Amino acid sequence: MKNGRTKEELVVSAIDNGTVIDHIPSKSVFQVIKILNLEKTENQFYFGTNLTSKKYGNKGIVKVRNKFFEIEEIDKISLVAPIATIITIKDFKVIKKKNVHIPDHVVKFVKCFNPNCITNHQNITTKFDVISKDKLKLKCCYCEKITTKKNMDFI
Amino acid sequence: MKNKSLISINDFTKQEQIKILDVAEEFEKNPKQNILHDYVIASLFFEPSTRTRISFESAINRLGGKIVGFTDESTSSVKKGESLRDTIRVVSNYSDLIIMRHHNEGSARFASEVASVPVINAGDGANQHPTQTLLDLYSIRKTQGTLENLDIAFAGDLKYGRTVHSLVIALCNCNCNFHLISPVELKLPSSVKMYIKEKNLKYYQYTDINEAIPKVDILYMTRIQKERFTDPMEYEKVKSSYSLKNNMLYNSKDNLKILHPLPRVNEIDEDVDSSPKAYYFQQALNGVFVRQALISLILGLKK
Repeated sequence: MKNGRTKEELVVSAIDNGTVIDHIPSKSVFQVIKILNLEKTENQFYFGTNLTSKKYGNKGIVKVRNKFFEIEEIDKISLVAPIATIITIKDFKVIKKKNVHIPDHVVKFVKCFNPNCITNHQNITTKFDVISKDKLKLKCCYCEKITTKKNMDFI
Repeated sequence: MKNKSLISINDFTKQEQIKILDVAEEFEKNPKQNILHDYVIASLFFEPSTRTRISFESAINRLGGKIVGFTDESTSSVKKGESLRDTIRVVSNYSDLIIMRHHNEGSARFASEVASVPVINAGDGANQHPTQTLLDLYSIRKTQGTLENLDIAFAGDLKYGRTVHSLVIALCNCNCNFHLISPVELKLPSSVKMYIKEKNLKYYQYTDINEAIPKVDILYMTRIQKERFTDPMEYEKVKSSYSLKNNMLYNSKDNLKILHPLPRVNEIDEDVDSSPKAYYFQQALNGVFVRQALISLILGLKK
């Protein structure tokens, strides 16, 4: 475990068991926390922003103790952190490493940017088809308008 | 098509759209058929509309059906704070089919998810108005004898006009050329042009309507709304240059027909009305036949 780890990364405490979400763009760390609903979790979690990354220069990280996410849950963060790595830790050891994938459909947690969309006026779960992954574009299944990364907001 | 909802024109394939036009033709020949006498149709107009609502009601009445519903949100339970979900669920129990217009985009799609009966979208905000598209297609086919390989001009507000967007998208299945005439600020959005490009069809953009008139089979006029302009001077300028007058048709094709979703204000001068090329009032009447066809196909009363 200790091999290859930079001093900067140690700024954020190591966890014994749980999940590390690495390579989050620094500016998206708080969005990731929001998307994973960590604001309400009772688990211990740590985060860091503007850390040095060998690969990307600058990165953010989130570590959640005793929490192992479902794939659907974790794929959500791909919308704000498309190159994030999800690392499963057991007894301080890396058990599994995987990348996130942008899903084909996004349900529930993105807000439609169209103020006149019915989902912004009634208690309706939002639904989108992902029509472009490179330049993130979500087409609302209700109003058919396209929400882009620039005007994306989370519920 | 039985039990299928119509929310967006793309919900129906080209074959299904053509089927509706064929059945509409039957109704044009024989509009009074008592096939809906056992049926109750809900007409929910959360947003008032004159033309569309009366056209639907006329279609249902001519088929002997009963209509329940409301013509304005203020006279419905919505005023008491009932959710759209509950209104639709309840009305589903009372009717065989729901026709709805609502000011919020996506409302009709949502209604079709919670309703136990099919839903016809009669306009959801600025999004879709598919029965208008069907009647436009019917009018084009009827006047030109075909929908294929035509030169179609759209003039006026191409940016916000939902009827224009849906019709362009539908005609992309018919190998048409598009002539798009609008002020620079009201050009067709790129999201709609994308459909034209995907099919490798040609489109030409103009700011001068006179340049396009001699080239086209159909001239689809739309209203330019004052509120679209930040500068009132600009609106006044544009308003007069997009007003069609009879003398502008002198070098147009013999088969040209002028369409307009109505209501018109000043974009078509009344001196055009007497021209054999004016077709907008007949176009509105065609809406009744198309809606008769659509309702009977969805209820499985025509095959």
